[in-house]
Amino acid sequence: MSDASQRIDEIVKGNDIVLFMKGTVLFPQCGFSSRAVAILDHLGAKFETVDVLQDPEIRNGIKAYSDWPTIPQLYVHGEFVGGSDIMMEMFESGELQQLVGEKAE
Amino acid sequence: MAAIEIEELIRAAIPDAEISIRDLKGDGDHYAARVASASFAGMSRVRQHQAVYAALGGRMGGELHALQVETAVPSGDHQ
Repeated sequence: MSDASQRIDEIVKGNDIVLFMKGTVLFPQCGFSSRAVAILDHLGAKFETVDVLQDPEIRNGIKAYSDWPTIPQLYVHGEFVGGSDIMMEMFESGELQQLVGEKAE
Repeated sequence: MAAIEIEELIRAAIPDAEISIRDLKGDGDHYAARVASASFAGMSRVRQHQAVYAALGGRMGGELHALQVETAVPSGDHQ
């Protein structure tokens, strides 16, 4: 495991809900990241974020980690859930609420 | 990248796919693609999207910044 994937692994496993995104919750730097934050906010989820723009190693490493080419990426209890499109689909079907609600203590 | 190129790449990898592509802003840079294929049956959403990304052969996240993907199993075929 490379340094980057080890660091990512620690972040993913050390947080119940973590969103890797471009920018911050207050200042998302991309429409897709902004949408992902809006969905989690709407669900009232407590979540951590990692701004990949501040860390090129994580920005590249996260794509290999999940075999997923884009950011944002949502992880819940150590598992990759998907990007903003999947989050939106799951939000609309009620699955995301269930997932986030179940996991958030 | 032209919508037709995106469609051809997806069709080459997923021959039975029903594909519709929308150019969201009319600028040839922001697309939404809906891909329905019987081959998605039984796959998680992540796997379905990964199959579409694989068809695009590394262009996603690079040449193709803004492609919203929606996948489905064709209706009437729940297996």
